Order: sequence, then structure tokens, then C-alpha cells
Amino acid sequence: MIDNSSKHDHEQNRLKFSRSAEELLVIHLTGNWTINDNLPTISDVQKEINNGAQPKNITFDTKRLGKWDSGLLTFLVKLNRICSQKRIHVHEDGLPEGAQRLLRLASAVPEHKGDRKEKTHIPFLAKTGGVAIASWQSILETIDFIGQISVAFIKMLTGKARFRGSDLLLIIQECGANALPIVSLISILVGMILAFVGSIQLKMFGAQIYIADLVGIAMTRAMAAVMTGIIMAGRTGASFAARIGTMQVNEEIDALKTSGISPIEFLVLPRIIALSIMMPLLTLYSDLMGIMGGVIVGVMGFDISLAEYFGETKSALTLTNIWIGLASAFVFGILVAISGCLRGIQCGRSASAVGDATTSAVVTGIVSIVVATAVITFVCNVLGI
Amino acid sequence: MKSKTSKSQEYIDIELDTCPLDPCVSEPNIIVRDLTMAYGTNVIQRDLNFNVNRGDIFIIMGGSGCGKSTLLRHLVGLQSPAKGRVLYGDVSLWDMNPDEREGFMRRFGILYQSGALWSSMTLAENIALTLEEYTDLSRSEISEIVSLKLALVGLAGFEDYYPSEISGGMKKRAGLARAMALDPEILFFDEPSAGLDPISARLLDDLILELRDSLGSTIVIVTHELASIFAIGSNSVFLDAESKTMIATGNPKMLLEECTNPTVHAFLTRGRNR
Repeated sequence: MIDNSSKHDHEQNRLKFSRSAEELLVIHLTGNWTINDNLPTISDVQKEINNGAQPKNITFDTKRLGKWDSGLLTFLVKLNRICSQKRIHVHEDGLPEGAQRLLRLASAVPEHKGDRKEKTHIPFLAKTGGVAIASWQSILETIDFIGQISVAFIKMLTGKARFRGSDLLLIIQECGANALPIVSLISILVGMILAFVGSIQLKMFGAQIYIADLVGIAMTRAMAAVMTGIIMAGRTGASFAARIGTMQVNEEIDALKTSGISPIEFLVLPRIIALSIMMPLLTLYSDLMGIMGGVIVGVMGFDISLAEYFGETKSALTLTNIWIGLASAFVFGILVAISGCLRGIQCGRSASAVGDATTSAVVTGIVSIVVATAVITFVCNVLGI
Repeated sequence: MKSKTSKSQEYIDIELDTCPLDPCVSEPNIIVRDLTMAYGTNVIQRDLNFNVNRGDIFIIMGGSGCGKSTLLRHLVGLQSPAKGRVLYGDVSLWDMNPDEREGFMRRFGILYQSGALWSSMTLAENIALTLEEYTDLSRSEISEIVSLKLALVGLAGFEDYYPSEISGGMKKRAGLARAMALDPEILFFDEPSAGLDPISARLLDDLILELRDSLGSTIVIVTHELASIFAIGSNSVFLDAESKTMIATGNPKMLLEECTNPTVHAFLTRGRNR
């Protein structure tokens, strides 16, 4: 027997080779072979095989093998792969019985051709085209969805739409009354910020009293509706998308459809109605809270008396301003509800899809609010109101 | 490929010959012709042809991921076929306009895999919803029917529970009570015994048999639960994931004895005689 192994430290020396005949290579596995041990690599065996005449058979000596686990198995699998390429026969009978069985199990179901996912490279142009087609598809879906809502709305006006009144009231409570604290906080702060920012300029002319005009008009005409709309998009729009999306995941939407109940009528319609009623009301409340914020800054910081402040606000505000604010709020309510419900209905059947639907509902809601504000402002400008 | 298809076709013919159907119940209720199902360009199953007769307990079986639930979605009108037709008697489900189809779907009762109870409603409200929509019954009559349906599935007294407050097996049974609300002509079950303990699964099988016998409903079940297949199935279709088509149809017990297709045989014997 010719011992080819080098004389290393015993602990390190888990892999030894010996050639008992020209064509037989014996691999001696000693010590522990677990994934936590610093195991020898397969290249050591490769070197040994290439070193001198290529063996035709490989056997194992495992008399001094300690603990072993997947570390040993992966080593053996790699060895098998190399040997089958080089047409070397591996005799597994020297291995521990458990390892032999696991190796057999791993090779019992060979990999099918075509089972592995192909790594395809999609060129830039194809990707761009794909995104463009997907966007167009999404626009079509949105138009289709709005169409379905319109049909459902007409059905409701003729008394044929099916949804439960108790659902509508519950949604009204959730998106209306329950939103009052956050709307109060944000509106008061926005009112105060407007007052502070304005006061710096106005103080230069000694015209602090006009803080009342500034806050009053800005809040009622635009800020209250926009801020409430954004709060609703983040709060209620997201909740609509998550709620309907989860129903999609749980097959509840399918159950509605197969019961002959349109999910648009049953789920979407009450949400749109609730939000389009509550948004103007919340905005009116936000107007008041914003003006309160202005009062706090004006009265406490700039010595304007309460009576003076209210007198000034009253003379500055016109009903037109308030109506424009409320009309915008109505529009925003519909937009937020539609984007929330649309993303919920489009939701896929997984947890991550619900997350995506929620994100997308909030983004769509906020973007459509900003775009709608721009359109309304432009139209008001053209009409001179 | 071609020879494979013709072989399976031949097999179907043989099976239908060897399983003569009771003449008094042989009127076909659901007829599937050349049905091809696909998600986009990804074909799930092609060229499905089979009949479900009135009063049958029809099993759709096959390995995981072969398209059993997808076939169910096609049968109940939730997903439109890429090709082919689904006929109920002589009306084609997918040639109706959407409103007609919506009305037609009311004749089905469906038990979904997860139960799919409407989570914002109590069990009583879940069952009552379709009754409120489609019947002129008074509130008290509806609540009596609801109690009866819940009692039938062994959930008497659970009217005011929400779906999140009951166990998985109870959700399945409540889902069944909801599916039966309108006394449907055809009941569809998507993996009814999945996730149930053996005794509950057995009780559910008994309940299904009882429903067929007492209401005369046609029942279509998607399952790979062998015990259920043999206990209650009177007819079946076997979908194969590899060849993407059906490779056997007929009474499951007869298939076990006579079917020579190795995939079907392995499936029905839990792979023992492979």
C-alpha cells in the first residue's frame, strides 16, 4: 500500500488517499464531517485523481469517521458528479449506511429537463414595450371599473342595487367619525403653519390682521380639502384596498360572484357613497379647525383680539370659497374610494399582493387628488371664481 | 404526443363502456366539451371531455397542481375557457351574457377550499344573505332556515359567531351550510376534507351522501383524498399534470380494478404497486 497523504496535523487531516492498485483509489474519511467543521474541498480529490494515472474505481474507508451530516453528503454528491463525468466507478458500500440511503434518496428522482427555470435576458426595448402595454392595460381596466361603478350607481338610483344598509353605516362611521381626531390635529397644525408663515411677511407692513384672511381663504378654498383628502387616502383608501384585497385572497369575492351578488354593488358602491358623503363633511370640520389654528397664532402671538379676528375672517370668506372647497372634497372622496377599491379588486392571491395593492391605492389616491386639485384650480381660474 | 392523446381518448371510451350508468339517472347535467384551460399562454389542461349526470357524486382528481381547482372555476363560471364549452343541459355557460350567467350561477352551491365565509358577517348573516336577496321570505322565516342549515352541519347555536371566532373545520361546515342556503341543484366542493381530522372528514363524507340522497343534488368534488374518493365517488375524471389532459374517467372503484394507466393506478393505490 502506498500512502500518498501528507503528514498534517491530525485534527485537520480528515481526507487521506491511498492507492491499493493502479486503478483503485481509496478515500479515507476520518474525524467529524459536519457543516460546522472546516471541511476539505472537492478540489483536493480532483487533484488526487489527476495526480498520476486516472483510477477506474473509488472506494471509501470510514472506520475512523466521527459525526457526519449534510456536509459529508454534499461532498459525496459533488464527488459523484465529477466521477460520472470521468467515468470512474464509485463504490458506496464503504460509507455509513445512513449516508448511502440518503444518497440513493437524493438521486431517486432525477431532475427533469426543462424543470429548472430558464434565465432569460429581456432586452431593454422589450421591457419598455412590456411596461407600456401593461400601463395601457391598466388604463383600460380602470375605465372598465369606472364603467361598472356607473352601471351599479344607476342600478342603485332605480333601487335595484344590492348592498346592506348596515355595511354603509359602518363604513360611514369608520371613514367619518373615526377620522375626526387625526383631521383635527392636522387641520389645526396646517392653520397654525399658514398663520406663522404669513405673519412674517404681513408683520413687515403691520398688517397682521390679514392673517385671518389668509388662513380663512387658504383653508376653505383648498388646503382643508387637500389635507383631508390625503389623510383619507392614507387612512381609508389603504383600508379599502387591504380589506377587499384580503377578501380576494380568501375567495370571499368569488363566493359573492357565485352567489350572484356583484362585488361592485356589494362592496364598492357603499364605500364610494360613504366617502363621497363624509369627505365634504370632514372638510367643513377641517375648515373650522384650520381657522381655529389661525386664531391660536393670531390671538396669542400677534395681539389680535378674538372679536377682531372673527370679524376679519367673516368679511374675507365668501360662500364661493367654501363651496369650491366642498365640491373638491366630494371629488376627492370619490377618487380615493375608487382607487382604494380598484386596487383591492385587482389584487392577486397572496400576502405580498395585498401589500402592493395597499401601497398602490395610497399612491393612486394622492396622485389623483393632486391632479384633480390642479384641474379644479385651472377651471376656477378660467371661470373667474 | 399524438399517439398519447389518442391512447387516452381510447381509454375514455373503454371506461365509459365498462361503466354503464343507471338508466333512470343517466340524463347528463353538466357536459364538458373540448375544454382547454389556460392562464394567458400557459395551458393548464386541454381537450377535456366528460359528462356529469344528475345525482352523481362526481370526483375531479389528480396530483397537486394539475388544474383541478381551475377546472372547478370553469364549471361554476368564475373563469372563462380558452377553448371549448361547458353546457348545463343544453345551455352553454360561457355563451350567455354576463347578467344571465350571474342569474344562472345562483343554481350552484359552492364550498370553497378555505370556506370563504364573508369575514365581516356572522354565520347567520352569511347564510341569510342570498336568502334575503333572492326570496320574499320574512325575517323570522329566514332565521328559521338559517338555524336549520346550521343544525344540518352540526353547528346549531353558532348563529352569532364571526368566522374568525371558529375553527377551520367549523368554517368548512359553515361554508357548506351557506352553499346549501338556496337548496341548489348542483353542489361544488373544493377540497372539502383538506385540513380536517379523519373523523370530521368521514362525517363530511356522510353528510355529502346524505345531501345527495335527500335533496337529489348533483355533487362535484375536487379532491385527492383517497378515502373520500372511494367512499362516495360514483363517477370521476382524472387530470394529469404531465400530459396536460384527462387520462381516465369512470367510477373510481372500477378504475382501481381495471385501469391500466400507470399514473392513475399509482394515484389510486398511493403508489404502493408502482
